[in-house]
Amino acid sequence: MKVRVHVSLKTGVLDPQGRAIHHALEGLGFAGIGDVRAGRLIELDLADDVPDAAIDDMCRKLLANPVMENYRIEKVG
Amino acid sequence: MAFHAAVITFPGSNCDRDMAVAIASICGGTVHRVWHGDATLPEGLDLIALPGGFSYGDYLRSGAMAARSPVMAAVAAKAARGVAVLGVCNGFQVLTEAGLLPGALLRNGGQRFVCRDVALTVGTTRSCFTGGYARDQRITVPVAHHDGNYYADTATLDQLEAEDRVAFRYAEPVNGSARQIAGVLNPAGNVLGMMPHPERMIEPAHGGSDGRVLFESVLHAVGVTA
Repeated sequence: MKVRVHVSLKTGVLDPQGRAIHHALEGLGFAGIGDVRAGRLIELDLADDVPDAAIDDMCRKLLANPVMENYRIEKVG
Repeated sequence: MAFHAAVITFPGSNCDRDMAVAIASICGGTVHRVWHGDATLPEGLDLIALPGGFSYGDYLRSGAMAARSPVMAAVAAKAARGVAVLGVCNGFQVLTEAGLLPGALLRNGGQRFVCRDVALTVGTTRSCFTGGYARDQRITVPVAHHDGNYYADTATLDQLEAEDRVAFRYAEPVNGSARQIAGVLNPAGNVLGMMPHPERMIEPAHGGSDGRVLFESVLHAVGVTA
């Protein structure tokens, strides 16, 4: 099965990368940009019998840092 | 008894030699160079140092991969037994990722890599690393990092301050760190992580020797003579 793990900075954690992207978009002349947050997408190709709990464990132990990041697990078939 | 230290080298460490030279020249004794893949550390260590650099190319998050390398279980075990563990720059990032210190190091608030001498104030003298300084003493130590913006939730920051575990603060704006924190201690005070590089400031030719006191403090705390 394919699993996507979306990792994003927690609300309130300063995101300098997002701020730089925001600035660059405005520099290109795009208007109406309220906020930009940058995250990370990790795609995993897993055996079908890997339990949900193990995927969650992977996120907490390595893929995301719970101190500053949130994660969302998406199964894409 | 002579001083025994270990300096861990991860793939991408680049301050490991500087660290080993600083420890050997100040503390004397033996400095073991340990590869990250080693599952064991030498017996009888007085100090374990995690050096600066860009371990694993900063893949995933700075320090994230190194924190899961085989040697880190051995470092955690020694830390739990009271051995002094010093993480500088990338070493600090590794210690937070390994859960040996609270918080995390985010991308610098100013979005730039900062590489210069900075003024610090000593936050506490109650640790084996800071005993030789005076509280609130102003010292100069270089930084060189992109991810040095210390972050922790408010409760954790309050706890660090209440328990006297802020070892160093920036005396000037550097990277956006919460409460200007440059270095923190674990509850027992034997694990220190800091972004500034004391090993790069140990003799007048470096532009100063304020970093030297940190290593002398460890030597004094251990009770051996160089």
